[in-house]
Amino acid sequence: MPFMSLKFNLQKRVKLAQGLWMLYWLAVIVGIIIFSLGIFFKIELRKRSEIMDNNESHLVPNLLILLGMLSCGLNAFGGKLCHESLDPQKFSKMKPMLKPYMLLSCGFNALLLLLVLLCFLMQFAVYLTLAEGLKNAIRFYKDTDTPGRCFMKRTLDMTQIEFRCCGNNNFRDWFEVQWISNRYLDMSNDVVKDRVLSNVEGKYLMDSVPFSCCNPGSPRPCIQHHLTNNSAHYDYDHRIEELNIWNRGCHQAVFSYYSSIMNSIGALLICTIILEVRLHTGLHHRPLQPVGM
Amino acid sequence: MALLKMKFSQQRRVRLAQGLWLLSWLAVTCGAFIFCLGVYIKIELLRRDEVMENTEIHVVPNLLMMVGLASIGANWVASRVCQDSLDPSRFPRWNVILLVWFAVATLLCCLLLAVVVLSYALQGRLEESLKVGLRNGIRFYKDTDVPGRCFQKETIDRLQMEFRCCGNNNFKDWFEVQWVSNRYLDFTSQEVKDRIRSNVDGRYLLDGVPFSCCNPVSPRPCLQYQLTDSRAHYNYEYQSEELNLYSRGCRQALTDYYMGLMNSTGPGVLSVILIQVSVILSMRYLQTAVEGAMALEAPEGESEGYILEKGVKETYADIREKVNNLLKFGQVDPASEDAGAEEGEKAAEAMEKAATPPPAS
Repeated sequence: MPFMSLKFNLQKRVKLAQGLWMLYWLAVIVGIIIFSLGIFFKIELRKRSEIMDNNESHLVPNLLILLGMLSCGLNAFGGKLCHESLDPQKFSKMKPMLKPYMLLSCGFNALLLLLVLLCFLMQFAVYLTLAEGLKNAIRFYKDTDTPGRCFMKRTLDMTQIEFRCCGNNNFRDWFEVQWISNRYLDMSNDVVKDRVLSNVEGKYLMDSVPFSCCNPGSPRPCIQHHLTNNSAHYDYDHRIEELNIWNRGCHQAVFSYYSSIMNSIGALLICTIILEVRLHTGLHHRPLQPVGM
Repeated sequence: MALLKMKFSQQRRVRLAQGLWLLSWLAVTCGAFIFCLGVYIKIELLRRDEVMENTEIHVVPNLLMMVGLASIGANWVASRVCQDSLDPSRFPRWNVILLVWFAVATLLCCLLLAVVVLSYALQGRLEESLKVGLRNGIRFYKDTDVPGRCFQKETIDRLQMEFRCCGNNNFKDWFEVQWVSNRYLDFTSQEVKDRIRSNVDGRYLLDGVPFSCCNPVSPRPCLQYQLTDSRAHYNYEYQSEELNLYSRGCRQALTDYYMGLMNSTGPGVLSVILIQVSVILSMRYLQTAVEGAMALEAPEGESEGYILEKGVKETYADIREKVNNLLKFGQVDPASEDAGAEEGEKAAEAMEKAATPPPAS
């Protein structure tokens, strides 16, 4: 008993072949979209590789690029098969290629399913890499004279401005590191000496944040320094002040950005799988004889 | 002597019609492109509306949008004419419309040229508008509690961060205005009182800039306050410090941005003008060739196509004569003037009688 068999007359066969041909070319366009999404995702990861410690995994975008190209090729070939099924001579030439093509398509669908799973699971990896990377970025913020780290300050400032966030989990992360380089500290000054001596590691710690944490929407000019000292500023209470600097941490902000990209790619891949399955059942229902007979 | 005469056989006429049909659909696409360009430039100008004082520069995108829409319509008509051109029964009804079409298409080309010229000519006006707009923005930066101005601060901050600029001409513009609101100044403090008394208007002026002027590329954490005092900061020299703040003024930054935008559209607009001109010329050839063919005894034979029936000077003299005749038609003829005057007087008398009310009996 054949699996899911249907009856076809000539007109229905022609209609089926035409519809399938259009769907195959639609699938080629979807393949191109997947390919370009892979490139886009790769570029986005590279742009921010500095705050991810340069060890982010490029598995998902590489697979997307590969599968996009594969999809284009397979679906173009499938479209050609459909086109030639209308001509009995050409079809008899193509017939032996049909079975391996169906096997390849099944394998391709399985790969797509794997990629969907990866899209959702790799978000954990991104989460962990970001946490580590941002912690280091904040630590190396002051090292603008160390080769290999001299652009960390600029990268972190631009990230905080672009994603409207401050620090790793919140702005207090800046209180725990020395983010002003020793080159710009007057070590003969008493205030500086007090601060440096006040902690075990001899770091110049302050309750201040860099300018990139400032919120332009605040009605008052940005207060960056002496954030926990109410008497340092007129009409200021640090417990109720909300608009002065960004409240969100960069970890959450950047992760939600990447998470939304990966979720949308996953959703698109699920739609692609449905389309591909539809196409292959359609091709499978192509009768064993071509339209002309 | 006809201008640029060419012979057209039946096959050439068919080819011309087909080619012109394709060209006119290409021109429709170009019209859509011009329209989208106009929309894009308009949106970009509207986004920065708050720092522009007048909207004179908006004439460029408005013209582009109008011309784009008109061009889509005109070229669609051209494609319909092409479809009918090889059918002798349907072509004659397009005669009058073609006259109007030529005028409209030439007008569109002239308008596009005007747009290109205007986009260069209005640069000075744009700079003026930005100068006044930015000056007001900087003045009202502190007024975050005044309705109508409460978003100036956020607008200016975002502008400075996005365009990497500071102040109107440079960062010193911030030294001349009070950009800290009085609500956040402690008037009992001696320092505040000194600063306020140091100038005639009683403003709190300082040699500091807002945080949005800070340059992230600088190797040292941003210095915002006491900028002119080299001793206030360790290892800081006011005269030689370059990377701390953005050195460009926002007026220059915005002008460069908009001029760059309009200049980059220049080649596109010029190529659209070329396409439109070639559509006009091809349409003229098609019209004259098909009309010539219809007048022949053997419609399948060869006909001539030309741009102008006679030479340029003769055509100009013809047009002048026609215009004079039209004007003469409007003039009153001296022979019938007397008869006309008598009739006019009688009519006036009748109206007077009707106008005056009958005397009360």
